[in-house]
Amino acid sequence: MDESDETYSRVKALVEPFNKKDVAVTPDTRFQQDLEWDSLTVLNFVAEVEDEFDVLIPVNMQAEIETIGELSAALDKMKA
Amino acid sequence: MSDLFSKFDPLIEQREALLSTGLTDPFNLVMERVESPTVAICNGRRTILLGTYNYMGMTFDPDVIAAGKKALEEFGSGTTGSRVLNGTYATHKECEDALKDFYAMDHAMVFSTGYQANLGIISTIAGKEDYIVLDIDSHASIYDGCALGNAQIVPFRHNDIEALEKRLKRVPEGAGKLVVLEGVYSMLGDIAPLKEMVAVSKANGAMVLVDEAHSMGFIGEHGRGVAEAQGVIDDVDFIIGTFSKSVGTVGGFCVSNHPKFEILRLVCRPYVFTASLPPSVVATAATSIRKLMHGADKRAHLWQNSKKLHAGLKALGFTLGTEEPQSAIIAVIMPDLKTGAAMWEALLDEGLYVNLARPPATPAGMTLLRCSLCAEHSEGQVDEILAMFGAAGRATGCI
Repeated sequence: MDESDETYSRVKALVEPFNKKDVAVTPDTRFQQDLEWDSLTVLNFVAEVEDEFDVLIPVNMQAEIETIGELSAALDKMKA
Repeated sequence: MSDLFSKFDPLIEQREALLSTGLTDPFNLVMERVESPTVAICNGRRTILLGTYNYMGMTFDPDVIAAGKKALEEFGSGTTGSRVLNGTYATHKECEDALKDFYAMDHAMVFSTGYQANLGIISTIAGKEDYIVLDIDSHASIYDGCALGNAQIVPFRHNDIEALEKRLKRVPEGAGKLVVLEGVYSMLGDIAPLKEMVAVSKANGAMVLVDEAHSMGFIGEHGRGVAEAQGVIDDVDFIIGTFSKSVGTVGGFCVSNHPKFEILRLVCRPYVFTASLPPSVVATAATSIRKLMHGADKRAHLWQNSKKLHAGLKALGFTLGTEEPQSAIIAVIMPDLKTGAAMWEALLDEGLYVNLARPPATPAGMTLLRCSLCAEHSEGQVDEILAMFGAAGRATGCI
């Protein structure tokens, strides 16, 4: 996953409104440790991602996704 | 050895920082005596209770107390057993009969708490291949019910009908669907657009569960809740409720018309693997539920109280959780935890108890002073409450 990936840039744009700590976002940025999102922020962010990509990302699946790059890859897989 | 408690350090530090300012601990209040549904003695001082969920003021009802005493004497202090073994007494059946009559439904199942009712029903009926679509602001007991089970969990934006519909349409063909909603959301006291949401759920082949914990007894023509008030109760598959609010004791329940409902008594683990409620508790609940069927005057007074407090707080300049009063909960939004805690203490010093609510229990990281009214609050008490809010608000710079 590199910076020029289309899915990644769409996800990155969705991250920004929730990026309250102004963390410099890369594909390796972790939602919990780097962005310091609490569970409620994660839920709200996931709802945005679901609508942008027209998919469902159940809570159970979220547990396996740690970074923005991983999320982008998971979305590519779902849309494939 | 790593200390398993080190994960709590941030919370311990936050608490210590707050209490080191000399503030009274908002989560450690002791009521030394309770005089009525609306008044208790706290720290030796007469305190008006405005944060108890005792909506219909049934806790000191003479008939309710008499029923409890009688059951205590006739059936003893506890059942010492599960509902499916030695823990079902005549009192438990009477309580379930009262619920069936109250909701005009075929089946009623009583749990030891409302928390366990959500935990049990949600975790049991939605299996591994099924999807639970729930409002993001759902109560902890709903989320914990989801976590206990194996279903796919999909939250949607609070009270957003379109967000619910979109998610239902994305569920894979053939998968079972359970939509979980609440009548009244307890943090801000706002109600759900159940009419539209239940219709959307049914149109997409989902079963619907509505938690009416904060509406029982005073919303809807018969006090059956928001689903009744909005005319969709017949399309709701499961209603979850509690005895620890309007009913005035402790316990939880689920009522339903599902023809196979009774099987849950054998497969629902939070029902099977715990002791049943003491006979005195279910006897007080049964009596209270039957009295709530005839509580029209009390209901009307509760609504008057809610409107008066909402209008009064707004006039004082406070920011409230809803534009108009939608339930018996009025949430006063505080700018931050520090101010909220200071305001909470100032109110207690004035002689008023409200709930201090803060993240993660609250939506959007808000700090709230949550007020819940009681049908037994007199008009004069509501005036007193408003005067105390005014004084405390000015003293802490909130208004």
